Amino acid sequence: MANHVSNERRRQAIYGWILLSPAAILLTTFAFYPSLATLWSSLFSRGTRRRPTEFVGTENYSDLFADPTFWKVVTNNLIYAGATIPISIAIALGMALWANSKIPARGFVRTAYFTPTVLPMIAAANLWLFFYTPGLGVLDQIGSLFGLPSVNWLGQPETALWAVIIVTIWKEAGFFMIFYLAALQTIPEDLKEAADIEGASRWTYTRRIVIPLLMPTTLFIMVNALINSVKLIDHLFILTKGGPNDASKLILYYIWEMAFAFFDAPHAAAMTILVLVVLGVVAGIKFTILDKRTHYQ
Amino acid sequence: MSGFSRHLESFAALLLAVIWISPLVFAFWAAFHTTSDAVNFNVTAPWTLDNFRTAWEGAPWLRYFLNTFLLVTVILIGQFFVTTLAGFAFAQVNFPGRDVVFILVLMQLFILPEVLIVENYAMVSRLGLFDTILGVGMPYMASAFGIFLMRQAFKGVPIELHEAARVEGCGWFGILWRVYVPLARPTYLAYALVSVSTHWNNFLWPLIVTNSPDTRPLTVGLSIFGAPENGVDISVISAATMMTVAPLLVAFLVFQRQFVQAFLRAGIK
Repeated sequence: MANHVSNERRRQAIYGWILLSPAAILLTTFAFYPSLATLWSSLFSRGTRRRPTEFVGTENYSDLFADPTFWKVVTNNLIYAGATIPISIAIALGMALWANSKIPARGFVRTAYFTPTVLPMIAAANLWLFFYTPGLGVLDQIGSLFGLPSVNWLGQPETALWAVIIVTIWKEAGFFMIFYLAALQTIPEDLKEAADIEGASRWTYTRRIVIPLLMPTTLFIMVNALINSVKLIDHLFILTKGGPNDASKLILYYIWEMAFAFFDAPHAAAMTILVLVVLGVVAGIKFTILDKRTHYQ
Repeated sequence: MSGFSRHLESFAALLLAVIWISPLVFAFWAAFHTTSDAVNFNVTAPWTLDNFRTAWEGAPWLRYFLNTFLLVTVILIGQFFVTTLAGFAFAQVNFPGRDVVFILVLMQLFILPEVLIVENYAMVSRLGLFDTILGVGMPYMASAFGIFLMRQAFKGVPIELHEAARVEGCGWFGILWRVYVPLARPTYLAYALVSVSTHWNNFLWPLIVTNSPDTRPLTVGLSIFGAPENGVDISVISAATMMTVAPLLVAFLVFQRQFVQAFLRAGIK
């Protein structure tokens, strides 16, 4: 009998690993091994024809910390995250509350909010180019109606990053809306009735009951928005290429540029590791603190 | 008073909707008008298809469409295969080390393929897959997110069905194929919609791994076509943009409910 049980266990183990092997091989090849390889190559110098690569320890990292462009890019990305996360969440919440209430043309409103989500970032950038182009663009045309001077939104350091931020918000708010919309539909009707009986205004009801109940959704969206603030950089390739003067350059774009335009893989690797560390911290926070009410069962 | 504020809110909601859709509407309108009419907002100007003609001749779009189509198909088939097996292993097979491995898989949700571009590029070149569609697709096939989704779907299958199939003499793979896969059909559909729309739109990784019109997907083709160095005017860019987003956009507008459901199902983890 004991023999039978251990046979069954051994069989389960073999089946388990056979089933898992394609995923394990691919994940190792394209996620785990590359992460370690990145760490490894971030510790070596860039080989040139005369000087072969050699171990330099943390020199690539200290180079980065001494590089003003690196700090500029980090600052930009912090502004990018700091603006896109709260603004797109706030807009998404507003959209969901509206799309969930009895308003005319609700179907159109929902579609309009959500549509940017299905467009490629590159296409979104092309659409917005039409808005931002100095002189001819929609924004300038509207501005000129009010006698405002032409503004080169993408070409001046003060506005370039913000122009990029607006496109990101436009792209992701509708996506976040649907999670709020789904959560709103799970809030029981009685709560609204009870609030009405108590004489609470709609604003009070929203602020004191709805928004706290949406908190888990907000946290979920926040993690997504945070990941997006690292990931969503495609539009830079069309709109600004990180310029002018690095004013709109973000970390992932800089990594790309470092590796594939300047062919400086070791510094790109060092920067990648720094991003992975930040993402790792976010993952840690998510898995330990946020998932206490665990969905992972 | 309440009636007034209600109207005000409806108005605000509509206004936001109009603002949100306007970039798309402007580009759509511009695509069908000459550049000078488009930039001067000549609302009464005649419609034209010239921009589409110019755009179509400016790049091998048919090839790009084919590449994107092949790419999303290859990724989807790979993902279905890999995530079905792994999801089933995590959901229904008891093997030692399962929980540790599962946590490792979840880690991949945060090790974004986008961030590992440098080493993945080296890896793809080493495997001889540089500038191939398989090379673009492979890093996405073992999607942690997909594995997680499938695991959830398979966990929801009643154990009685599993037992019944076993009594009937089905092996592990038979049970997986005949019982679990059919029951998880809604999850597959949701996952397919999310996967296709993600990879139809993906840009950075294909940009790095492709190097010729024979493999380049639409997004990369569009970015090259619209590059300012090429001096293409705004109406033609709009036409090209409309062309590339049309299939997905039309599919979305027709199957809107399914799309939203899919994103929701995929998002709520």
